[in-house]
Amino acid sequence: MAGMTTVIEAEGLTKRFGATQALAGVDLRAEGGRVLALLGPNGAGKTTIVRILATLLKPDSGRARVCGYDVADDAAAVRQLIALTGQYASVDDELTGTENLIMICRLLGFGRVAARARAREMLERFELTDASARAVKTYSGGMRRRLDLAASLLGEPEVLFLDEPTTGLDPRGRGQMWDTVRGVVASGATVLLTTQYLEEADELADHIAVIDHGLVVASGTPAELKARTGSQTLAVRATDPAHTAQVAAVVAGVVGARPDVAETGLVSVAVSDPAMVPAVVRRLDDAGIVAAELNLRLPSLDEVFLTLTGHRAEEDNLEREGAAA
Amino acid sequence: MTALSESIEGRLPAGTDSGTAGSPPRVLRRRIGVAQTLANGLTLAWRNIMQLKHSPEKLMDVTLMPIIFLLLFLYVFGGVVAGSTHAYLEVLLPGLIGQMAMFATMGLGTALCEDIHKGVFDRFRSLPIARSAPLIGAVLGDTVRFCVVMAVLTGFGSALGFRFHTGVLSILAAYGLAYVFYLAVCWISVLIGLVAPSPETVQGISFIWVMPLVFGSSVLLPNTRTMPGWLQAWVNVNPVTKLADSVRALTVGGHLGSDPLITLAWAAGIVIVVFPLAMRMYRRRA
Repeated sequence: MAGMTTVIEAEGLTKRFGATQALAGVDLRAEGGRVLALLGPNGAGKTTIVRILATLLKPDSGRARVCGYDVADDAAAVRQLIALTGQYASVDDELTGTENLIMICRLLGFGRVAARARAREMLERFELTDASARAVKTYSGGMRRRLDLAASLLGEPEVLFLDEPTTGLDPRGRGQMWDTVRGVVASGATVLLTTQYLEEADELADHIAVIDHGLVVASGTPAELKARTGSQTLAVRATDPAHTAQVAAVVAGVVGARPDVAETGLVSVAVSDPAMVPAVVRRLDDAGIVAAELNLRLPSLDEVFLTLTGHRAEEDNLEREGAAA
Repeated sequence: MTALSESIEGRLPAGTDSGTAGSPPRVLRRRIGVAQTLANGLTLAWRNIMQLKHSPEKLMDVTLMPIIFLLLFLYVFGGVVAGSTHAYLEVLLPGLIGQMAMFATMGLGTALCEDIHKGVFDRFRSLPIARSAPLIGAVLGDTVRFCVVMAVLTGFGSALGFRFHTGVLSILAAYGLAYVFYLAVCWISVLIGLVAPSPETVQGISFIWVMPLVFGSSVLLPNTRTMPGWLQAWVNVNPVTKLADSVRALTVGGHLGSDPLITLAWAAGIVIVVFPLAMRMYRRRA
């Protein structure tokens, strides 16, 4: 890891809003030129962390530094190095795309002519030239996010904070956003993004911090997190759905644990010893059952989240949304 | 400054994994000066003016309000108060300049509260600009509303027969005084926009403090002798009375006295008290 620089550092961040302990002591570290993903359900504290790092909120206790500058004591310096794209697109609905970017350029200290040129350049880069003279309120969700990101990149920030950059986007918009984030990282910036999507963290992040109830419950590379659960998953599906119960019995017999049986007929179970696989294959063969699918894989991040937090990310999410409604 | 840029250079040593060998070091500023604050404020005022350009319907209230108020007060009170509507117009219109300067500030709080509830202010707050710039910008941008309300009031009043009796400088001083007072009162509106729980509540809160100031004044009736003592006392200390009396003397003539100075003192007092409070609330508002 020689030559790596720690760009974002947080130690023991806590924050309380009334009766809610939003952060209960968060430690984080992000290396320069890498993507750190904060993964967790709604209400886990991800946005609070971003707001503290982006100097919008002061922590109750703990310290955080961006590029070596304390976010509380040296906020003015930090703001010259970062850009933030908030959870709700932070562009002005009533201005046109061009006007939005010119405004940010001017605030960043560009002259009139330079601001106009830079706005045009970024609109082109984000494929918004055709819509540049229209009010942002007429934009689609994806266009709005692109404009938001363009606004964040006008000042070529060292550190980019993206709070749920793809929430509410369709799969195509999400793919475009991922490509853009990869481009930003390729240009040398450090990215900290929050997401509820395990797939997104897996796609983009070099390092993932799993956040739950205001704490980092696990952190590591995607592969490390997957390995953390200490087991692999064996999945078997019979060609004939009628054999599913038999398959389950065979798997249970070899592995010594009751497997999950999905409606699709997929029988899956965590295994600690890869040598169990040939045993399952032999027994199935003896029973005359043909497997349409048989594999051993690392657990998905979804399963990792379940193992680490004791609950599923998505389920929790729905509960909270239900409670809010 | 040298130490600062050095530490910045040290942040991205040549040969990091990203492959960018030594991007130029940024010179970081620790302090944001008055000139930059004002420049940022003007940029953000430009934003507000562009919004009005795109949605001119937002100026509907300041366009219709002076017309409706002028017609209503003139024809309801004119005969009783001054014997004729024409005579009352000379009393009423300068008073309404003061009143409209107050009413025109009320939209600002709502707009600001809406802005904060959306994400735009988060971006402003994360930019390397003065903390006060978005608020200063909002107040300066609101100047458009002041100009519209005064232009409509004066234009419509003239159509109804109002005539100035003083020189150009006096007239300019009258509008200038109203503008200075308006800018000061804008900060009260800003403060309410910052403390109100939602944009919908801003209007209600605003009415509570604007109404006693606007109507418990000499705006409609310069003669306060028929009022009960407690109300006379209130009317006499009310800065809106001082403003209305000043504008009257500066536009149609009469004794000017110390009213303009007292008005300016009120404006300064309001800014000195309310601006720091507003900044405090703004900093605290997450």
